[in-house]
Amino acid sequence: MKTDTETKKKEEQREPLFHIEKNPALSMPRAIGVRAAAILLALIFCGLLTTILTGVNPIDFYGQMIFGAFGTTDNFLVTVQHLSFLLCISLAVTPAFKMKFWNTGAEGQVLMGGLATAICMYYGKALPLWLLLILMFVSAMVAGALWGIIPAFFKAHWDTNETLFTLMMNYVAMQLIIFFMRQWNKLSAGIDFYQLDPTGRIGAFFNGATGVRKYIIYVIVVALITVFMHLYLKYSKHGYELTVVGESRNTARYIGIDVKKVIIRTMALSGLVCGICGFLMVASAQNISSNTAGGMGFTAIMVSWLSKFNPVIMIFVSLFLAALDGGAIAVSTGLEISKSFSDIVTGILLFFIIGCEFFIQYKLVPTARLKALFKKNKEDKQ
Amino acid sequence: MISYLIQSAVTQGTPLLLGATGEIITEKSGNLNLGIPGIMYIGAISGVMGGFFYQESTTHIVGILAILIPFLSALLGSGLASLLYCFLTVTLRVNQNVTGLALTTFGVGFGNFFGGSLVKLSHSETASIALIRLAKFYKKSLPFAKNLGFFGEVFLSYGFMVYLAIAIALVASYVLKKTRVGLHLRAVGENPATADAAGINVTAYKYVSTCVGGMIAGLGGLYYIMDYVNGTWSNDAFGDRGWLAVALVIFSVWKPNVAILGSFLFGGLYILNNIINVSTQIQPLLQMVPYVATIIVLILISVRKRRETQPPASLGLAYFREER
Repeated sequence: MKTDTETKKKEEQREPLFHIEKNPALSMPRAIGVRAAAILLALIFCGLLTTILTGVNPIDFYGQMIFGAFGTTDNFLVTVQHLSFLLCISLAVTPAFKMKFWNTGAEGQVLMGGLATAICMYYGKALPLWLLLILMFVSAMVAGALWGIIPAFFKAHWDTNETLFTLMMNYVAMQLIIFFMRQWNKLSAGIDFYQLDPTGRIGAFFNGATGVRKYIIYVIVVALITVFMHLYLKYSKHGYELTVVGESRNTARYIGIDVKKVIIRTMALSGLVCGICGFLMVASAQNISSNTAGGMGFTAIMVSWLSKFNPVIMIFVSLFLAALDGGAIAVSTGLEISKSFSDIVTGILLFFIIGCEFFIQYKLVPTARLKALFKKNKEDKQ
Repeated sequence: MISYLIQSAVTQGTPLLLGATGEIITEKSGNLNLGIPGIMYIGAISGVMGGFFYQESTTHIVGILAILIPFLSALLGSGLASLLYCFLTVTLRVNQNVTGLALTTFGVGFGNFFGGSLVKLSHSETASIALIRLAKFYKKSLPFAKNLGFFGEVFLSYGFMVYLAIAIALVASYVLKKTRVGLHLRAVGENPATADAAGINVTAYKYVSTCVGGMIAGLGGLYYIMDYVNGTWSNDAFGDRGWLAVALVIFSVWKPNVAILGSFLFGGLYILNNIINVSTQIQPLLQMVPYVATIIVLILISVRKRRETQPPASLGLAYFREER
């Protein structure tokens, strides 16, 4: 008898305080509330960290950040540019992600688009401007799409791990760019940066009279892509097919979807949109380096996932991260904190936002043991 | 000449080997930790911080402390970073790719920020910190190695961490293949639901293997700083070695003992251009070779579908008991 009660007691002690349940229907306001709380907590945490590590008052820190992102016309325009690029790449990776194809190669696809643009600019100096621009745009799309199709082809036919494949493709693209730059520069290592467009006619086209035209181009192009992607994912047959492939390949096969075709087609689209972004980056700046995409290809993966693949939410998430980055530059110059500190802040914010997804998808249910503990506590107080 | 090539390949390859061994152990539990580059940064800077404060606090450096303090600091730093990754992906079950990439952003920023701060603290003229007084203990090789000619140069001329890296890879290989713990770990990575049903504590295995793996990878960062570059930290010097380590995992088809040879091969390719004197214009093509080779291996193993060379089946997926 005695051993029986003992084991029972032991079992009770081993029972966890909570158990975790899937939370299928969390209302929209609450989901937003959880995220807002996470961001707020992260900001407070980062504020405290700032004071401890750098001795800067957190209010000054965030004040400087907001100033850096939106304070002056120039800062605002830079934020708009960053927002456009980030949003564009995030939209690009989204169809692949919805298909559960973990495309970590956006960086490389953007770079290939940029490289194709640069090659056209380098060799097409004699062409009329309108023809050259069209050529740049089309070849950027083709190059980006190609960089997406290669891993997709192997995924479709032999189920090659796409996360690792696309990841490796990034570095191949980077080295390719360095290769071309060194060919053009005719120089030794050190200068891995190439200034295109010596006559300045493409620069003139993108800057317009006031230098603002290129920002308008970004906004229009990316807005069009946003609308297109929203409609494509939600209302088109393609969007439906890729969602089914993502949910279950067997179901897709059963209802007669050509899974291989869908995988390759979706990745082609994904790479194509990345290529457009590469075109915008290189053509409007008239230069290229292996850092042209600046890691945005990776940030975009997080943006897309955090937005739950919803193009509208993506606008806000991209804006948030773009502002954070712009702010960080102002902080590093204005308050003499290293620019890397912003990476830490971004990282922590992302951890909080990523972590809070748990509280949206699952809920903690107190078990009998926790309830008993509470009861006991109450009784003790009385 | 040949001995110089081999030496350079080994010293270049060692950080990759440690990173890859760590990531293999991690991936065997089904966690695709793309935060490894960040963790290697964190390991390196933690070691540098520990070493820096030790070097500043005393004039008389004791050999054993000079080694242990950076070593343990690196383990602590990278261990904590891996713990964070585990908490987010295992306990909170969020997407592994996203968490890993965020961790890499964070880790690189962390390294560069504290590296920069230490430079400020040390009032150094250049943008780097020198821990030369500690590094010489890391670089110390056997005293008689120089007298042994070719053999000594090729096999005995390295600091202790090179041998440690090889030993870790061999032990990891043995544990994964021959022991019960290794069997359980592989079961968790292949099919966590089955492992769970067999009474294996999936969460514990994922946590421990990811943290141990992360700590080993962190040592890769430490080796780079304390031995390879003689104890000098400068921001972003570590470069893309973290991603090369991830590539090496695939190249060595998830086998630590293969990774030993692979790492020396990658290391050799990394510095080949210094040796055969290719024009700098072709250099990028050489640097591309490890990545292309990795892609080819990845394609080959997926086409051939041999069971021994497949990635862990549940790689990248979170496990939730109720979802089966």
